[in-house]
Amino acid sequence: MNVYIDTFINGILIGLIYGLAAMGLALIWGVLKVINLSHGAFITLGMFLSYLIFKYFHIPPYISVFFTLIIGFILGFLAYFISLHKIVSHAKNFKEYELSSLLSTFSLSLIITGFLLFIFATTPMAINLPLSLFETKLLASFFSIIFTIALTLFLYKTYMGKAIRAVSQNIDAAKLMGVNTTLILAISFAIGISLAMAAGNLIAMVFPFSTLSGILYELKSFVICVLGGLGNPVGTIVGGIILGLLENFFGLFVNQGLVPFIEFTILILLLIFKPNGLFGGSK
Amino acid sequence: MKKNLFSLLLALGIIFYFILTPMILNSPILRESSFTTLMYIALAISLNILMGFTGYVSFGHVVFFGIGGYITFALLYYYKISLFLALILAGIFAALIAALLGSVVLNLRGAYFAIATIGINEAIKSLVNNLEFLGGAEGLFFNMKIYKSYGGPQNALWLSFYLLGIITIVVLIISYLIKHSKFGLGLFAIREDEDAASTLGVNTKLFKTIAFMISAFFPAVVGGIFFFKNGSIDPGSAFSLTKSVEMIFMVMLGGIGTILGPVLGAITYDKIKETLLVSEAFKNLHLTISGIILLLIVLFVPEGIIGFLRRKIKVLKNILD
Repeated sequence: MNVYIDTFINGILIGLIYGLAAMGLALIWGVLKVINLSHGAFITLGMFLSYLIFKYFHIPPYISVFFTLIIGFILGFLAYFISLHKIVSHAKNFKEYELSSLLSTFSLSLIITGFLLFIFATTPMAINLPLSLFETKLLASFFSIIFTIALTLFLYKTYMGKAIRAVSQNIDAAKLMGVNTTLILAISFAIGISLAMAAGNLIAMVFPFSTLSGILYELKSFVICVLGGLGNPVGTIVGGIILGLLENFFGLFVNQGLVPFIEFTILILLLIFKPNGLFGGSK
Repeated sequence: MKKNLFSLLLALGIIFYFILTPMILNSPILRESSFTTLMYIALAISLNILMGFTGYVSFGHVVFFGIGGYITFALLYYYKISLFLALILAGIFAALIAALLGSVVLNLRGAYFAIATIGINEAIKSLVNNLEFLGGAEGLFFNMKIYKSYGGPQNALWLSFYLLGIITIVVLIISYLIKHSKFGLGLFAIREDEDAASTLGVNTKLFKTIAFMISAFFPAVVGGIFFFKNGSIDPGSAFSLTKSVEMIFMVMLGGIGTILGPVLGAITYDKIKETLLVSEAFKNLHLTISGIILLLIVLFVPEGIIGFLRRKIKVLKNILD
């Protein structure tokens, strides 16, 4: 019986961390209608930032995360204008830039990953904090909950947040109401990237990582976004928890190596049978 | 019709150049570099049939390359059947898988289809990783004896090269025939507006599925040839997402939806990659530089080399396709 309780707690904690990793992707997907293929690369960037700050300044990730949030926001803001602005602003509706945005964000990911590979190769890294694995998981999950609450309050209680939601619902109407849509899109992208990097920053203290880890969390984030929908951060966290629980409970019964197979099968099945949670994507 | 024939002949000429130079000079080094180029060309043309003609961008198209590779490899490894038969079986099997998967994922549009194809590739990769009889994560290795029935390893290398050359020509001609058939018109209609196409009586579901099957068949055969020549196969190299993206990159670079485009795109990409990998300064940064080039293409020349030439040089406007 004990093993089930352990699995359950572990599943929830891992799920909260996965949810945190997916939050930025869900925000960008929801507002810009862009599936950000550089998401994983920015998570990795956050991991390495966390590592470097810990190595040279001895600041632990749970403090450096605030710094990473700011850096992420600036990088995200720049990244929007470098890779997406031209495509997004010239299109009449999001269907027109759907595919080119996949390619442009993917090239962004190549640029970042190539740069990280150049410096760090694929050596596995880890941050050794004087904490147990369980404690770091707990700490990261705590941040996950804080971020969810903060983002929800921001989206629902502030003027900027309302503008972001307005843009995500109907960009033309928002523009007519006097919302500076370019700025809102850029800020939404920046917040998404900032969350991705913060997630990377925190995950780095829980699990070992390398330059190629980001893609793993990116793929999981796809599954989570499809599970939890894109509407609000709480949905993302719930999606994360479902995935965390599924992974851990499947791990009890089948070979651990098969878990990704099950995950992606779920992703495909969800895309086909339950796409309506996603702003009526198909059909 | 005449203008389009020109592009086909030019593309054929380029492919023949890559087949004939190593053959005439009898140079194994040239053969190896030509092999890579021809493989890129064949893969790019196959993807273009789906992505360029039908408008469905598959981010996980390498899955068929991997499936074909594994089937060919396993058939030769366990049953010692002839290579030709194994390649054809691999192609047919991949096409059937495409039909099966296509019947569901082709209902998804745009980015959702792209994400689903990434999911399919990752799912199959992780499945193969866990199948003992396919060697798991370690993969399978040929015993050198297997090449004996093909006249020894040296001859087997030449044989795979010629087979690849033939497949490349076949896929080019098929892509040309599709583009200038009623079937091709249907595909283009789906690309422009699927609902309108359906209303006007195009059997969109059938057309998409057939396009998906054709564009799955050839990568599977190419994968089979590649891993036969390679002598070993593992999930990492068979189902690498990077190769998928390379395929998209080449199609975009050359000119999406054209006949000559994927050929030019593949050659240019191959040259860029070669130059970057060889040069001291850029060797380690080649991913970053590929990323920058791709970004520049997407932002400034989304119509690719062919589109760019057609726009800039009036004479070429009616000739190139």
